[in-house]
Amino acid sequence: MIGFAILAFFQLAGWLIQRLTGLPLPANVIGLLLFITALFLKWVSLHKVEETASFLLKYMSLFFVPVIVGSLAFFPYLRDHWALITGSGVISLLLSLLVTGWLVQSHLQARRIRQQEEETHVHRG
Amino acid sequence: MSIAVDPLFGIAVTVIVYALFLWLQSRRSWVQPLLMTSAVIMIMLVVLKIPVEDYQKGGSWLSFLLGPATIALGVPIYKNAEQIRRSWRPILGGITIGALCGLLSAGLLVMWMGGSSDMAWTLMPKSATTPISMEVSRLYGGYPELTAVLTVLTGLMGSIIGPPLLRLCGITDETAIGVAIGTTSHGIGTARVLKDSEWMGAVSGFSMGLTGIWVSVLALPLHMLGFLWQIEVK
Repeated sequence: MIGFAILAFFQLAGWLIQRLTGLPLPANVIGLLLFITALFLKWVSLHKVEETASFLLKYMSLFFVPVIVGSLAFFPYLRDHWALITGSGVISLLLSLLVTGWLVQSHLQARRIRQQEEETHVHRG
Repeated sequence: MSIAVDPLFGIAVTVIVYALFLWLQSRRSWVQPLLMTSAVIMIMLVVLKIPVEDYQKGGSWLSFLLGPATIALGVPIYKNAEQIRRSWRPILGGITIGALCGLLSAGLLVMWMGGSSDMAWTLMPKSATTPISMEVSRLYGGYPELTAVLTVLTGLMGSIIGPPLLRLCGITDETAIGVAIGTTSHGIGTARVLKDSEWMGAVSGFSMGLTGIWVSVLALPLHMLGFLWQIEVK
């Protein structure tokens, strides 16, 4: 229960800050940033929240069900625009997947080669 | 149908059907509890002529828990930070460019194919985890319910075709696959790569959390740019 209270506290804090400052970020993201900061500064110890957090993350998809059911109201809209939305969505997904994967891999490879070169230099020296 | 008006109806029906599909998933791995539960409930509401508003009296109790669940994303970020620090530069760079690419390409494609700006903002945050993508959509004039559906479908598709596609294109490094999946396919993709290796799951979970933050931060300048662009076009 203490875990749930801690998460609720940061959610509330995020909401308050968003209301007071009008920061253009979702309130939950502000709460998340505060929570991460608190974890790193050891204001909150991991073992107090770990159990609740893993429960919530494990069954997170359950909490989406009412949201997806709510999309019933958008069926006429989807019927008219599905081709455009699906097309853009699929292309954007494939592009992002490949760009991200390629970027990380080429960066890691470049670093590995650099490290190998440094090692051979040390050996020669 | 008076029982449907009580919040208990929405909560009980959702939890029972969801638990059923979770159990089915443990026997048949292709079962998707989220999509199938939603479909069953939608069909039930339509067939029994129960208004969605009545269902939502209980349903909103469940969707409220998305808030604490979003905060809980901090735990995988914190737990994996130490391991990730060793190669933080490529990982952070990949997540940043990946999040930007997802937002920008979706927005430009929708506009280029003649879509409206509310349609663009409905699709753009799709690579962030659902509670965040919904909020970003709401903040900039998209339809949050539709964004939720599109986000889930994106995650589903990325989790199915992502790993084989990446390997086919020569991207075989576990860290690279983890970042690419976490950045594009959030929780559903993370659950998928976690089955292959713990490290990929950790990188993917970290990427998912950070992508959520990046998408909500990057959305603001993009929104302002889009605004300028519309003035230009007019």
